[in-house]
Amino acid sequence: MNVLAFAEERGGKFKKSSLETIRAGRRLADALGGEFAALVAGSGVAAAAPGLGRYGAGRVIVVDDPKLAQHSNTAIARIIAEVARTEGATMVFLPASQMGKDVAPRVAIKLGAGLAADCIALRIDGNDVIATRPVFAGKGLLDVRITTPVKVFTLRPNIFDAAEEGADARVEARTVPLDPADTVTIVKEVKVAAGRPDVTEADIIVSGGRGMKGPEHFALIERLADALGAGVGASRAVVDAGWRPHDEQVGQTGKTVSPSLYIACGISGAVQHLAGMSSSKFIVAINRDKDAPIFQIADYGIVGDVFEVLPALTEELKKTGK
Amino acid sequence: MKVVVCINHVPDTETKIRVASDGTAIDRAGVNFMMSPYDEIAVEEGLRIRDKFKGDVTVVSLGTDANKETLRKALAMGADRAVLLRDDGVRDSYATASGLAAEIKGLTPDVVLFGRQSIDYDDAQVGTLVAELLSLPSVAVVVKLDIKEDGSVVCEREIEGGHEVVHTKLPAAFLAQKGLNDPRYPSLKGIMAAKSKPIEERPAAPAEVRVQTLALRKPPAKNPGRIIGTDASAVKELVRLLHEEAKII
Repeated sequence: MNVLAFAEERGGKFKKSSLETIRAGRRLADALGGEFAALVAGSGVAAAAPGLGRYGAGRVIVVDDPKLAQHSNTAIARIIAEVARTEGATMVFLPASQMGKDVAPRVAIKLGAGLAADCIALRIDGNDVIATRPVFAGKGLLDVRITTPVKVFTLRPNIFDAAEEGADARVEARTVPLDPADTVTIVKEVKVAAGRPDVTEADIIVSGGRGMKGPEHFALIERLADALGAGVGASRAVVDAGWRPHDEQVGQTGKTVSPSLYIACGISGAVQHLAGMSSSKFIVAINRDKDAPIFQIADYGIVGDVFEVLPALTEELKKTGK
Repeated sequence: MKVVVCINHVPDTETKIRVASDGTAIDRAGVNFMMSPYDEIAVEEGLRIRDKFKGDVTVVSLGTDANKETLRKALAMGADRAVLLRDDGVRDSYATASGLAAEIKGLTPDVVLFGRQSIDYDDAQVGTLVAELLSLPSVAVVVKLDIKEDGSVVCEREIEGGHEVVHTKLPAAFLAQKGLNDPRYPSLKGIMAAKSKPIEERPAAPAEVRVQTLALRKPPAKNPGRIIGTDASAVKELVRLLHEEAKII
């Protein structure tokens, strides 16, 4: 019951979702009595690999290849599948990040494996694992069992724990020959949006809806977000109105998020919005309408004017230095 | 340019989910279904590609008779052909992808389009599974797509906190994300024309189910929280609660 976890590296750093994936995979391997290894693949990635030990990796397999200087989903999938085979891994874990979701289906096909995507819980059942994954943007939860001998799972970011433990990992270099067909698709350039974290990764999200009354007032949202180091989210109504970019949209036709804290400002709480954010650990709602559905799921509510409450909240946070 | 667009028929976004008596699926009674919103974007992109390069757009959907409504909508938007791969049974993403791949293979398309994910089961896997089954390149979560005359492609896909500029070559599969285009509404003329276009039907190729559903359940209900104030004076208490009770800040 060997377990392999893929760690996504970007710019010499591992994403938190990868650290969460490693720890979850390691725990499962320990519980099922299997060997665990983490896999890192890229160009010039060896230096950062030992540090994965502090998240439970123990052993890290590194495929360092200059051909991977430009990311290719097909090449990474080939490498993960090959290493899984040589390791005799029967469970392969990837983060349900954009990279993980892009690669996992290909890995699954190459291994003849079933794939449980975007899991939020893993439960051991005898020698097997039952995975829980949200469906209908979180309006429902599906308990699933993969029936193939090899199983692939992707884990939703921000759900599993990534606390530090353990020492540096043992690193093993590996080569996996690549076919020219493996690098037909390549990432030529990564355009990084400046500043705030993406809503799918942010620990805190400050989100605005139609109650903000116009795109110019989102400065209030941004100021609060910056005081908290938070990401900025938006409801479908304001994205459709062109007030905010698509990549900020939270909800069933946007992004599903699970931050520690979600602050909904001037958002009434349409079913499709609630679906996308109700798995947040704490929800704060600020809205003038006391009957707004958002208050039904908010831990703390302020029935008040966002134009007064938001600046006061930003000020209070700055004052208390929290 | 031969374009294939795979589309799905899903409960609309305002649907409140009820679990059916078998405990593994939703109760479809009284639920409104529609074309999955990202699939609409994929159809629109397919039509634009056809209009630019000439060729045709075939829309394919795997499911029951009910999916014809969504196929009909795609025809009304301007698709040339529609195919229903009929299956009344239960399929996971792999089995769905296998059924679609078997059909698409015979169509030898240059471009295969999908929505970024279907908004029912939210797997976001079917498009890439189909691409791998057909040994096609794929780009997921595409917000910009530029296909050149020579079949080379430059596109942009959304990742966490930014975009990737991805180069690839046709034939290839693309998974459409919001922002790629604004899908058209079917025109009256389109709707009338769609009525006379046939929907081809055949049984979906059988495929193994690799992920078995044990149960569908509702997430635990959240208790409504506290209203801690009605104006800006409440922020002190809010900050205290977030610090001491929620221990977040």
